[in-house]
Amino acid sequence: MAAPTMNRPDSDMPDFEPKVQTITLAKGINMGLRAAMEADKKVLVMGEDVGKLGGVFRITDGLQKDFGEERVLDTPLAESGIIGTAVGLAMRGFRPVCEIQFDGFIFPGFDQIVSQVAKLHNRSKGSIKLPIVIRVPYGGGIGAVEHHSESPEAYFAHTAGLKVVSCSNPVDAYWMIQQAIWSDDPVLFFEPKRRYYEKAQFDPAVSPDPLWSSRQLTSGKDVTVVGYGPTVRIALDGAAAAAEEGKELEVFDLRTLSPLDLGPVYESVRKTGRLVTISEAPSNCSISSEVAARVQRECFYSLQAPVLQVNGFDTPYPMSKAEEEYLPDLDKLLHAVDRSLGY
Amino acid sequence: MVLHAPETGHSTLLPSAEPVQLIDEHGAVTPHADYDLPSEAELLAAYRALVLGRRFDRQATTMVKQGRLAVYPSSNGQEASQVGAVLATRNDDWLFPTYRDCVALVTRGVDPVGVLTLLRGDWHSGYDPYEQHVAPQCTPLATQSLHGVGLAHAARLKGEDTVALVFIGDGATSEGDFHEALNFAAVFKAPVVFFVQNNGFAISVPLDKQSVAPSLAHKAIGYGIPGKRVDGNDVAAVISVVSAAVERARAGEGPTLIEAHTYRIDAHTNADDATRYRDAHDVEAWRGKDPVSRIDAYLRGTGALTEELAAGYAAEAEAVAEDLRRRLGADPVTDPRELFHHVYADRERLADQARLLDEELALEEGAGQ
Repeated sequence: MAAPTMNRPDSDMPDFEPKVQTITLAKGINMGLRAAMEADKKVLVMGEDVGKLGGVFRITDGLQKDFGEERVLDTPLAESGIIGTAVGLAMRGFRPVCEIQFDGFIFPGFDQIVSQVAKLHNRSKGSIKLPIVIRVPYGGGIGAVEHHSESPEAYFAHTAGLKVVSCSNPVDAYWMIQQAIWSDDPVLFFEPKRRYYEKAQFDPAVSPDPLWSSRQLTSGKDVTVVGYGPTVRIALDGAAAAAEEGKELEVFDLRTLSPLDLGPVYESVRKTGRLVTISEAPSNCSISSEVAARVQRECFYSLQAPVLQVNGFDTPYPMSKAEEEYLPDLDKLLHAVDRSLGY
Repeated sequence: MVLHAPETGHSTLLPSAEPVQLIDEHGAVTPHADYDLPSEAELLAAYRALVLGRRFDRQATTMVKQGRLAVYPSSNGQEASQVGAVLATRNDDWLFPTYRDCVALVTRGVDPVGVLTLLRGDWHSGYDPYEQHVAPQCTPLATQSLHGVGLAHAARLKGEDTVALVFIGDGATSEGDFHEALNFAAVFKAPVVFFVQNNGFAISVPLDKQSVAPSLAHKAIGYGIPGKRVDGNDVAAVISVVSAAVERARAGEGPTLIEAHTYRIDAHTNADDATRYRDAHDVEAWRGKDPVSRIDAYLRGTGALTEELAAGYAAEAEAVAEDLRRRLGADPVTDPRELFHHVYADRERLADQARLLDEELALEEGAGQ
């Protein structure tokens, strides 16, 4: 069965039914896009190189061949144009999925996103709905040149009217892209590009979690660790490494960055008394900062140590030769865990 | 200037040397080889819309002085451009207006109070965009032009024959979104018409500091679409030129860029002082090209506009003004809780913060008792 818990519009097209198989995160998004396009003819894919090429990361591979040039649209090379045109399409009932080629190239479209996509629902007193998904491959660790490794998610989480999510694994990738497409609010969908080719077993019979929910991945009594997108893998590795030393980490994948779903995290911190956040983004005014602020407010009497953040530095993302020094990694995480336990 | 135009036929994209004019400033017909004068019935309807639009504009200008509006960017002098462009469309064609297109919206049939809602300082556009097919008036420049392209493309995908008419000012032609919109529209062959009201100034900056193109309509050729120039104070010419572009778009032949030459008689808004940057003689010269008096003279000359008809339109215009005075004169009833109602389609997203405001309001009400 397909998408059992999702609010999917009626459709005269057959459901796309994938098999039990091993998939990459990239394939998960591709399959999710395909399922959504099969389910509803109003779903369009648009962006630079998304057609014949299938996108520079091949996320839209094969879609134009199967759904045609009208539904998988190679646009001129202009991000504001892509987003602004999607607004007009959405005003007439389409559900455009826009691909931004790399994180650092989203800014020519920034005005359309924060001033128009985010606000038109409100400015029209709820009359205009903009079910637009903006897919953004983000984060570093792939040895790329400048503007290809950034983590700009906080700009969008800061903006009223937008929702922001990030998947961390292939199975979530498949479900979350579809759930984002069925959202009547615009969604920034951040894809951890250095995890595109990590694999997992996918079983379509297993129902997905709701989109606007965080997820607990490990249980432990000592330190709570919160990551999202590309750093979830590091948090899980950290939990395994800490276990060898007899320390138990309770790891959470945020999944949704705006709105945040921190209820389960509060419960955890009330138990452990300790929280370490891990994210590639610069720490100043970041998702991690917001998590820290809310946890100290909600868990004040339970905290045994200050909330510690493992983040990128407040510098431009470095050239690839220096990115290892910049990026959060296992050592930095375990060091923060030890510091937290040292209080 | 000569542009080399090889066998591709791009010379046909070039705008005319002079703006198209069908009725001159004295009300005399100036026949044109490519454009016919609209019918007498169309011109009478245009005259009526001009009289109503001008009265609306004057009333709004008065009411901003009385503090009933937060700001008002007047359309004084530009009425023929706005009225003519709207009358060239069908009611199911979409308009994508700026903040200075209030007369266009009134002409389309949007409730005048709705038209002024944003300018009154409210948080929403004041009208349902789907009722009259009018997008919310856009304040950031040229951003709406891309929305028009997307909506026009959507119409094509849906097999509809509706057209999008995008309003832009001369200053906005410097914005990146204007250029991206022209290019996207051209590549998609979208049924959209870009209508630039060149009123000479972007607040204080004159056109020669905005662009050194031979004309703003010339910008079209770089995108492979036709550029047209029209006398923006001649409602007959505006109707004819915009109608041709709209029907061309409707027929699937793609977008057109039109530059209407007009003039902003008033300052940018009530908060602006135009005497600091322009010559009173220039303003007087443009008053002589008034868009209402020339069609008035023409229609009286043909006998189509009788004293009785003119008096009827004037009375209708007074009723519009009286209605505005009455409905805008009352203090608006605002509920701060509305802040949260439409930020997201998902109302639950801000429920926590909405409760905080409820508590704050309850405390205030308690303190007030």
